[in-house]
Amino acid sequence: MSKIQIISGRGIALTGNDIDTDRIIPARFLRCVTFDGLGEQVFADDRAATKGEHPFDRPEYQGANILVVNANFGCGSSREHAPQAIAKWGINALVGESFAEIFFGNCVAMGIPCVTAEATGVKQLQEAIAAHPQTPLTLDLESMQVRCGDLSVPVSMPAGARQSFISGMWDSCGQLVVQADSVRATARQLPYLAWNAIV
Amino acid sequence: MSQGTLFDKVWDLHAVGTLPSGQTQLFIGLHLIHEVTSPQAFAMLRERGLTVPFPDRTVATVDHIVPTENQARPFADELAEEMMQALERNCKENGITFYNVGSGRQGIVHVIAPEQGLTQPGMTIACGDSHTSTHGAFGAIAFGIGTSQVRDVLASQTLALGKLKVRKIEVNGELRPGVYAKDVILHVIRKLGVKGGVGYAYEYAGTTFEAMNMEERMTVCNMSIEGGARCGYINPDAVTYEYLKGREFAPQGADWEKAVAWWESIRSDADAEYDDVVVFEAADIAPTVTWGITPGQGIAIDETIPTPDSLPESERAIAEEAYQYMQLTPGTPIKGTKVDVCFIGSCTNGRISDLREAAKFAKGHKVANGVKAFIVPGSEVVKREAEAEGLDKIFLEAGFEWRQAGCSMCLAMNPDKLQGDQLSASSSNRNFKGRQGSASGRTLLMSPAMVVAAAIRGEVADVRDLIGG
Repeated sequence: MSKIQIISGRGIALTGNDIDTDRIIPARFLRCVTFDGLGEQVFADDRAATKGEHPFDRPEYQGANILVVNANFGCGSSREHAPQAIAKWGINALVGESFAEIFFGNCVAMGIPCVTAEATGVKQLQEAIAAHPQTPLTLDLESMQVRCGDLSVPVSMPAGARQSFISGMWDSCGQLVVQADSVRATARQLPYLAWNAIV
Repeated sequence: MSQGTLFDKVWDLHAVGTLPSGQTQLFIGLHLIHEVTSPQAFAMLRERGLTVPFPDRTVATVDHIVPTENQARPFADELAEEMMQALERNCKENGITFYNVGSGRQGIVHVIAPEQGLTQPGMTIACGDSHTSTHGAFGAIAFGIGTSQVRDVLASQTLALGKLKVRKIEVNGELRPGVYAKDVILHVIRKLGVKGGVGYAYEYAGTTFEAMNMEERMTVCNMSIEGGARCGYINPDAVTYEYLKGREFAPQGADWEKAVAWWESIRSDADAEYDDVVVFEAADIAPTVTWGITPGQGIAIDETIPTPDSLPESERAIAEEAYQYMQLTPGTPIKGTKVDVCFIGSCTNGRISDLREAAKFAKGHKVANGVKAFIVPGSEVVKREAEAEGLDKIFLEAGFEWRQAGCSMCLAMNPDKLQGDQLSASSSNRNFKGRQGSASGRTLLMSPAMVVAAAIRGEVADVRDLIGG
């Protein structure tokens, strides 16, 4: 598994608090058995309503890979289709004032770091991106800074999640599976497994 | 850091160990799956050559995509049919119990697990659905997960998680007439905000919750996630045990006493320490309606839509967005707003006690001209119970449609959708833009009794005006 320490590229800003996962990927697009194709449907209704003016449609942001958002991004439904759609569009890191819990967890499991910054820092980054969309943007998980031209904004992330990215252990599945014996030992101590047999 | 709470005790009992990242590997006692968030997880298992070591700890049903009118297979929607077949195949291949349509036990995943007695105190419960917080009503630690985490639970029966903080939300006193569990949780979210709960588990405590039945408690815990809290719970008590006793998967015989003793032991201690405590009074809560595009944008039925200058600066931008999207004017009453569609159902308010309460107000009245009103029972069991009590007849006579069990227009993944900018009075949990199936559709969240009041009047109304008249 790959270590994720520094992500470089270009930024795309999406302003507004409480952008929920229904907006990121409307429910009708969840009628699928794979995540393929979700990239084209990301923010489908918002994009249709703004007729080409949505940041995800504007030519200057095509090829951007770091999404800068405001507070409580990804609230609502647990659908991993939301971060999958964002990722399939081309995003591989997010910077925001705050993220909804489940959305954040989904991103960790997918290897997409979500870091938080103070509101003023986020605003500066969004303004810098809007003024010069082509300016390179870098998220550094070692120094916990986002750099955009001369601007440098300190960011944070819970220690466990950060560690899992920089050590390359963000894909938890393998680590969980190898603990099978300990898992069975824990299960044996839970009284309810005996009286709640589901067959 | 919390200590001695139910959350701490259940977390510690289920902790398998600490992962190199510092996160906890947590055993999941009950895993619930459905057709929307599981097919990709099973595909990931196949790609990695992994199997399901605890198939007897996962239960599946189908809820999001099921049509509530014609359920004949194959479904008219080919994509829905494909999802259905994937779930049937995945359950069969992995030895997972599946409550399919027509089994007599199918329904919304958060309705069926409690009614079958699968959900019990002291468990950890995960499901690829954010409203898994519902099961916290039993004193379980229950939370929603994404598809990669569904894969992790299938493959290992565990998850990698960081521990949450615990906030005690105390509400005391008796609720006034016409005020329901739904109003309590809408009030809490209004006061603490839609992101107030991020990083927290909510423990609901106090005499108001103690006086609630299990279905009311489920309504409260269900919407913890709308307040930003990934899970919410209520300590188990005599009401919990009374509900569970005799249900199919509840402990039987000699196990019952052992179970009750264990359930008592996992309650939060009297001297438990919390990361935060917030106190509300039941008397301050009125029938509540949302006017905006987040569940935190709620007001009492007799209040006016807030003006921007009455709101904290951080809430003004989303309020402006809401006035425009909802086509509502700040400073005007919400009462009297014309409604087009009335929906009663969902994992928040689609249980038998919700339907009984709705029927009480529907009886002897007629749905207003031009209003489409429909009732979607939360499960096949709820539907059967309601029909045995004659509730379906009351609804049909009043002009409501009576449908089959499923998630329906809560999120409109099935054929039940708003059209254009229709305005819906809904007993569901989310009023996000486009939530109910139309990109310009508008949703007002309220209790089932208030939805009936809106259906009868053809406009947002105060259910208290129907009481006794």
